[in-house]
Formats: sequence, structure tokens, C-alpha cells
Amino acid sequence: MGKQIVLYLHTHQPYRIKPYSIFEAGSDHQYFNYEAPDNDMNNRFIIDKVSEKSYLPTNRVLIDLLNRHPEFCLSLSITGTLIDQLEQWRPDVLDSFKELVRSGRVEIVAETYHHSLAFFYSRAEFVRQVAMHADKIREIFNVETTAFRNTELSYNNDLAYWADEAGFKAIITEGWDPVLGWRSPNYVYQPAYSTDIKLLMKNYKLSDDVAFRFSDKNWSEWPLTTEKYCHWLNEGDPDGEIINLFMDYETFGEHQWADTGIFDFLAAFPDEWLKKPGNGFQTITEAAVEHDAKDKIDVSHTITWADTERDLTAWLGNPMQVDAITALYELESKVMASENADIIADWRKLQTSDHFYYMCTKWFNDGDVHAYFSPYDSPYSAFMYFMNAYRDLQFRLAESNNN
Amino acid sequence: MLGWELPPHHSGGLGVACYEMCKEISATGVDIEFVLPYTADFNIDFMDVLPAHPQSPEEVRMAGGVYDPKYFMKPNVTILDEKLDLRFQHNLFASNVARLVESREFDIIHAHDWLTFRAGLMAKRVTGKPLIAHVHATQYDQSGGGYGNPEAREIEHSALAEADEVFAVSQYTKDILIREYSIPADKIRIVHNSMKVPDTAADDHNVHRYLEIMKSQGYKVVVNIGRQTLQKGLTHLLEAAKKVVEKDPKVLFLIAGGGDQKDELIGLAAEYGISKNVIIEGWVSGKKWRDSFKIGDVFIMPSVSEPFGLAPLEAIGFGSPAIISKQSGVAEVLRNCLKVDFWDTDKIADMILQVTQHDSLRNELWKNSYAEYMDMSWKGSAELMNGHYHSLKERACA
Repeated sequence: MGKQIVLYLHTHQPYRIKPYSIFEAGSDHQYFNYEAPDNDMNNRFIIDKVSEKSYLPTNRVLIDLLNRHPEFCLSLSITGTLIDQLEQWRPDVLDSFKELVRSGRVEIVAETYHHSLAFFYSRAEFVRQVAMHADKIREIFNVETTAFRNTELSYNNDLAYWADEAGFKAIITEGWDPVLGWRSPNYVYQPAYSTDIKLLMKNYKLSDDVAFRFSDKNWSEWPLTTEKYCHWLNEGDPDGEIINLFMDYETFGEHQWADTGIFDFLAAFPDEWLKKPGNGFQTITEAAVEHDAKDKIDVSHTITWADTERDLTAWLGNPMQVDAITALYELESKVMASENADIIADWRKLQTSDHFYYMCTKWFNDGDVHAYFSPYDSPYSAFMYFMNAYRDLQFRLAESNNN
Repeated sequence: MLGWELPPHHSGGLGVACYEMCKEISATGVDIEFVLPYTADFNIDFMDVLPAHPQSPEEVRMAGGVYDPKYFMKPNVTILDEKLDLRFQHNLFASNVARLVESREFDIIHAHDWLTFRAGLMAKRVTGKPLIAHVHATQYDQSGGGYGNPEAREIEHSALAEADEVFAVSQYTKDILIREYSIPADKIRIVHNSMKVPDTAADDHNVHRYLEIMKSQGYKVVVNIGRQTLQKGLTHLLEAAKKVVEKDPKVLFLIAGGGDQKDELIGLAAEYGISKNVIIEGWVSGKKWRDSFKIGDVFIMPSVSEPFGLAPLEAIGFGSPAIISKQSGVAEVLRNCLKVDFWDTDKIADMILQVTQHDSLRNELWKNSYAEYMDMSWKGSAELMNGHYHSLKERACA
């Protein structure tokens, strides 16, 4: 009996805040326009870099796979903040994503436009951002979204209930052992308290073999060949129906560089997988529709696909992060009442979860600054620039009230 | 005169004090040659400014500067450029000063703080001229009442012991020199600092546009400007700020100056949940520096140990009343201000709330302190120093 691989790739870029002092607050309302060359706070520089290293070569491989294998399909999520930046600076890259979607075998997954944590702070804003994203996807790719993922695969019963009510056919999260218990991630499930929606849970062991361990020469299984990997996929859980391989799109070319052989691996892997009769690929929605739910999954506390803790502590774990995000969402009613499109747009760009991630101290404290990626010299700088941008928003709101 | 910095190439109050002091001393008829560890344009006409050796002010600043004795340590293999090592800079200055003095004519060696003390001692040995060690801050102050860097402390000890006279910026500092350094009281003269801020009546709008608009909405601004380091007591200020914000969320704190404690303060403000009310900024200069004083409704200096403390006088000059810690020299010369123990955060919070909520108190405090400020000058201190110069010179000739 064959199995179906549900390959899901997530891609996103934030608008990083420039070094922004209190003296700029009130006079310079541009927070995201750092132009120093070769600098990781320069958003255009990052878009160009990642386009060349990851987006273009990965899309070339994926288009080739779609052409060669009618069975091959995948799901992709792409945030509004990335689409906007590609439209502005790299329309050629956006075209290559459009080409993928035109194959009819690449599903776009719904999420918040701004890769935000709005669900946990403002349900109204969350709903607006999901609608904005759906509109943008329709405009750019001419498709409707039917599967939902929340930022960092954060998930709980409330979110599933909302997604069910909103009419999504599927929602995804981490296949975290304390939640699954004795159950396997290799089946379709149903969220507790829901009626129609299905739940797919990441097989993190097999996903991370590629996403994290592929180039690790200290890993006992290095080097990872397509034969070895497909053997694991086929034999690991003989009765499993699906294998949820969820990972960052930037795994290909950015986290794992081209010289590790990651592109060759991606190009050859479907050939190997499809050798076994019955093996195939499904998008998230296809899997949700075609497989019966094996059980109900109850997640009362929020889980994510991040870190060993699988929680939100990398975003909301220290007082700076909590102070910053609370202050930002406190502005919501004033921001919306201003009806000022620029203010609303900037407020939303500040909601992107990456800003709070850059303030994370849990690795900085260990001196292990390479454990996470940040364009800033310290989480404290990230916090100060953010708070000064927040103060400029306050200034603009006060100014628009005075007028 | 041996110094480590002069404005505008300075990192704190020492450079400003040396500048103002020399201006008045030269007015009493004393010729001053001021030796610095770097070369720069100063536009100073009342004395000669000489470099001990040619290098840029940035090189000295990158080595750590007079305020960061923690950078003064055993040669460190991780330092790639030895010029960036404070010990190297210190030794370089001393040896070059010793060479320089052989070709100069003068009567007195007047050295400011520990980084120039060894140079002063070497100059004294080479020329036999009397040495004045002028103490603006000790290791005791800089470590917030602790021991400080042992080597820097050793330099202080030997210079203060060998100096012909010691100038202290306050009675507070004199007491420390007697108590902590065992210097005989009769060798120490008190020379109070003074301060006059530049006339900025012609300045256009304040650069703090954010704070201005918040003030127009009824917010009050509490200002601290100075190095963010243990000595300055800023963790106590944040503790008080938390208490203030609980009572009145419309009080904002601007804490500017940068320093080794900056990240700690940012984290602490977040821990107290008052990040929205607390703005922590790095080093400010020029108009940003002036406007940071001017934007304040009240200035606070909560130092743990402050030999003098010019910042409150600057604040008063720029139009803001001051709350100052009792553990400071300026508390000896200023009457119309609120004085508090740095550790008494309830009291600090209370004072901040009183001043920000009652314009009557704020305005009366400022008006009277400004009158005191206008009466102060370096003139008296300069005449005092001139007198000491002459008696030392006579003693040396005798």
C-alpha cells in the first residue's frame, strides 16, 4: 500500500526596522527604508540575496518537477509582506511563483497577511489580515485558499474552531508528541470541538532531517541520499497514510546552501519516491478531503513548530517582547479610527512576528548568537528601534487628531 | 595641565569642567599649556592645546576613555589593535608627556584624574616641578562605592600620596579621599566646579518632536542625561519610575547618555512593564544634548556616588529644576533643589510626582535654583587655584 507525501513549504520576509532613534520619532516616518549596502537591515538587499540563493533556483527545480511528474504537487504559503516586497523589487521572482501556481498543482495556504500574532491579541485584526491575504492571493495568483496555517504553525482549539467556522477545509500544526501521545502524525485528524475541518500535523522528525540536519556532517546519517530518505519514508510507519513534510521554503538554498547538494536532493527525491507503486503526493486540502479523520485532537494550550519547547517563548518569552507587542495592540482603536491608510499600513508592518523574535534573549544570554538570525547587534537594539517606531506612530496619531 | 579630553571631543563632564576651569584660570593671568592624548581642532584661544602624540580622538575613545576603568586591564590577546587598549593609551601618554616636558618651560604640573596621574608623576620626576592631582572622580565613585579597578586604584593611591597638593571637586570627595585613600586632610583643597550652558535663545524647535506632542497632550517628562553605568544609580530611578507610572501613567522618562548599563536598563524597564514610558537613548551631543535638557519638566540625578555632578546645573541653565542625590558634591553648593538618598525610591517617586503635578512647585524651584546658578561661576574657584599655584611655586623655589 502506498502513501501520500504532503509537502508544504512556507516562505516569508518581514519589513525590518532600520536603526531608528527617539530623535527620528516625530520627524522621519519611514521605519523600513534602510539603504546601507550589504546590510541585513536593508530589506531590498535581503530580498535580492534570498531571491538569487533560494527563490529562483528552488522554483526552477519545482517547475521542472511539476513538468516531469504529473503526480507531483505541493502546498505553499507566501506572506503578504513578501509578495509586496517582490512586487516592488523582484517582479521576476513573483512571476516564477505565479508559474508554479499556474500548473494547478501548487496550493496556496491561507494565513495572516503580515505573518503576525494578531490571533492572540486582536481577533478583529486577525480576521482582517486573513481576509487581506486571501484578497492578495486572489489578485496575484487567481486562486482561492482552502487550508489555513497560523504564524509559526501556532495552534490551539480556539484557532481550529475559528478556521472551521470560517469555512476552511484544513488546518495544520506541529505533530508534537505531548499532543499526539500514542498517535502517529501520519494520518489526518479532526480538531476537538470542530465539525468539518481536518487537521494535519507535521512529521517533524522526517521534515527536520531535510530542513535542519541535511548538511550536518556530525549527524550519523550524513550524507542523506534520496534512497535512504525514501526508505525511511516507506518503512518508518508502514500503515501510515500520509507523511507531512512541512518546512521553510528557504531550506532550499538559504538554510541549506546550494553546495550542500540540497537542490540535487530536491530534484531527485520525487523520482525515488514514485518508484514504489501507490506512492504519490497530495496538497494539504487534497489530503484533508480524501482521508478520513482517525481521531480528535485536543490542544488547549498553544503549540508552535518552533524550538525544542514548541511554544511562543521565542516571540513572547521576555518582558520586552510582551511590553512591545502589548503597546502596539493598544493602539488598535486609535489606528483604525484614524482612517489613515499610511498609519494603518505601518502599524500592520510592525505586527510582523519577526520584530518580536529579534528581541528574544534566550539565546543571546548563552552567547550563542548564531542560534538565531537577527539583523541587529542585540535584542536590546531591536527593542529600542521598535519602541521608537511605535512612538512615531503615537506621534502621527496625535498629530492626525490635532488636525 | 594634563587632561584626557576637551569638548567637543569628550565623553562626559570631565572635559567640560577642564574647559570651563582653564578659561577662568587663564583670565587670572596664568599661561596654560593643556596636553591631551590626541590631536584635534578646538578653536580655543585662551590656552595652548598640545597633543602628547598624534592620533585621532576616536582612537582614544575606542580604547574606553576615562570613565571606563574596566577596559584598563592586562594586555589582552583578543585586542587586535593595541591602540584600542586603554592600558596602552595610558602608558603612551605617560611616556610622551615625560619626553614633552623636557623641552617646555612651566612652573606647575596640574593633572586631572587617574588616567593622567602617571604622566603627572613622571613629569614631576623628570623636571622636579610640583604636582597637583585634581580629583574629579575616584575609583570608589565609579564602582558605586566599591573598590574599582585595582590597578587604577593603585595609580590613584601613588599619585595622591606623591602629589604636592590635591584638589577635590567637593567636600564629599575630600571626605572620600581621607576615608578611602588615607590622604591627610591638610593636603586637600576643595575646588568646586561650576557650569554655564550656552545661550540657546535663538534655537528653533526642539528635536524631541515625539516628546513635544506628548507634552501637548498633558504628559510630563523626567530627564536624566549622563553615562549609563553603576555609579549613576539609574536602576533606582527605574524602580522609582515604576512607582510613578502606577500613580500617573502620563509621566515619561528620557534617559540618555549610553554606557555599559544601557541594555540592563532596557531589560529592567520591560521587566517593570514601563517600556512605553521609558525612553533609553545613547550618547547625545550638540543640539540633541541641549534639547534633551530643555524638553524636561524636571531633571533627576540619582547617583550612588557623585564627586560633583554638573548635569543638574546644566539642566537648571536650560530651564529645568533638579532632583539630586544627597551622595553628590553638587548638593553642597545648590540649595534650591530636591535632595534625596539615591536608594530611597519611594521618596524619589514622591518627589517626581510632586514636581510633575504641581506647576507651582516646579516653577518656584526652578526660578530660585536659576538665581543660584547665575550667581555661580568658575571665577572664585579660578582665583583660589591661582593662589595655590603661587604658593606652590614659591615653596618650590625656596
